[in-house]
Amino acid sequence: MFKRSEQDKRPQVQIFVDGVAVAARQGDTVSAALLASGQDARRSTAVSGAPRLPYCMMGVCFDCLVTIDGVGNRQGCLVPVAEGMQIEIQKGKREIGK
Amino acid sequence: MTVAPKREDYDVVVIGAGPAGLAAAATSAEAGLSTLLLDENIGPGGQVFRAISSTPVTDRNQLGADYWVGADLVQSLRASNAEVIHRATVWSLDRNLDIAVSIGGASAFVKARRVILATGALERPFPIPGWTLPGVMTAGAAQTMLKSSALVPDGRTVIAGQGPLLWLLAAQILRLGGRLDRILDTTERGNYFAALPHAFAFLTSPYFTKGLSMMREVKAKVQVVSGVTELAAAGDGQLASVSYVAGGKREIIPADLLLLHQGVVPNVNLAMAAGVEHRWDDLQLCWSPVLDASGNSSVSGIAIAGDGAGIGGANAAVVRGRIAARAAVEALAPAAAAKLPAMATLRSDLAKAERGRLFLDTLFRPAPQFRIPSGDTIVCRCEEVTAKDVLDSVAIGATGPNQLKAYRRTGMGPCQGRLCGLTVTELMAQARGKTPQEIGYYRLRAPVKPITLAELAAVPKSEADIKAVVRG
Repeated sequence: MFKRSEQDKRPQVQIFVDGVAVAARQGDTVSAALLASGQDARRSTAVSGAPRLPYCMMGVCFDCLVTIDGVGNRQGCLVPVAEGMQIEIQKGKREIGK
Repeated sequence: MTVAPKREDYDVVVIGAGPAGLAAAATSAEAGLSTLLLDENIGPGGQVFRAISSTPVTDRNQLGADYWVGADLVQSLRASNAEVIHRATVWSLDRNLDIAVSIGGASAFVKARRVILATGALERPFPIPGWTLPGVMTAGAAQTMLKSSALVPDGRTVIAGQGPLLWLLAAQILRLGGRLDRILDTTERGNYFAALPHAFAFLTSPYFTKGLSMMREVKAKVQVVSGVTELAAAGDGQLASVSYVAGGKREIIPADLLLLHQGVVPNVNLAMAAGVEHRWDDLQLCWSPVLDASGNSSVSGIAIAGDGAGIGGANAAVVRGRIAARAAVEALAPAAAAKLPAMATLRSDLAKAERGRLFLDTLFRPAPQFRIPSGDTIVCRCEEVTAKDVLDSVAIGATGPNQLKAYRRTGMGPCQGRLCGLTVTELMAQARGKTPQEIGYYRLRAPVKPITLAELAAVPKSEADIKAVVRG
């Protein structure tokens, strides 16, 4: 859906998406890294289980909700990637303990 | 890594580091007032100057000169003594000017003598069939990815809607080597005539020549369909096609990415939760705060600058930021105001920056069918409530957005009405034969962004706080 421009010379940052290593770039938000990864990053909604991807990328729509380092319902579009970060695609509502 | 505010009290707290917030905080700090700038994003710039200090797009022509203006604003801010905290989400502001802010999962509390809200705008909801499908995003979302991560569309991409941002985004995508298959222009034909009386101001504004050359640049490379009157996205769990009607003829085109845009509207949540009076704006079709000429709101001590004060664009936002900050300086340290540009100068700057706005607002006023959906089209994305659900609730007695919450939970999901509020107001107004002003808006309250109970529970408590809730 998206590709990186060749002029992007930022250093790589390795994150893990459901356990799979993904190459992100320093300064990417989690949502941008997911959309650039080419992987299926669709979450499912808490109400009907419908698949969604980020819609606004600016912190207002909450369609980018994702589990980051064990914490659920994070807005992926507001969180920068960090080396070794563990991302889980959130299916349904936030679980207790996450 | 988490940085809490250094003090408990500030002369001025500015919320939002877009054009208005950057200008306001720098002005206030330059005049010697203790100034705190709180911003939710990773770095300064807001939306229009997003990633201004970190963008990987190094060729200056690709993002355009209007973007790089933001670098000067950041420079002035950094040269000032303003304290700046990013990734700081303000979740409460009240009429005592007490502010609660969440930073790195912990809440801090500060008190201000003056608050300048510069929370900007968000894109107007574009509730068409299929707008919740993966692969449908806002144009602003694509622009955010382009500016902050140099990411461009590479599948079959369609942009649909209207307004200056749409053309700017299209030009930027093409300059960065991204793919664009078609642009579907939804501007109503009648708007061209309606806008004509305001054309002179526009023709003599800087928007005109820039806009024209950008449209030429895009039209040379992409097929543009104008007069689009119907629009829908379709696919099974993922966008597969876009269908539209133009000139009475329906077309269906395969698509991997659909970018929607029909203008921006003030981001009102924090201001409304603070009790600031808003009114329905019949031209801009949104809620705008009631403000005096210096940006002061109905709540004493709270001013609003930038697009949150009513859509005026980035240049106007910068000047409004300076005006609001100067007014704060005049109130708190009148002697220091002499150092700043005179109010009369700022007001004339503002008039210049607002030139042509009336033309743009009239020309790009979104059509009713793209604001007020029907049938199975989702209105509330969070709670998955359709237009028919809303109308059924009206039929059995829901009178306005707040009653509707009890029927359907509209506006009660995590986005707190940001993506459905305007649609609900207009839909209910139409169904009940009332004006949007009469129908009203969601009653917004803190926390204006979700925070965890654990974060609230971790807030330091006094003996009295505990006694107030513990029995025995």
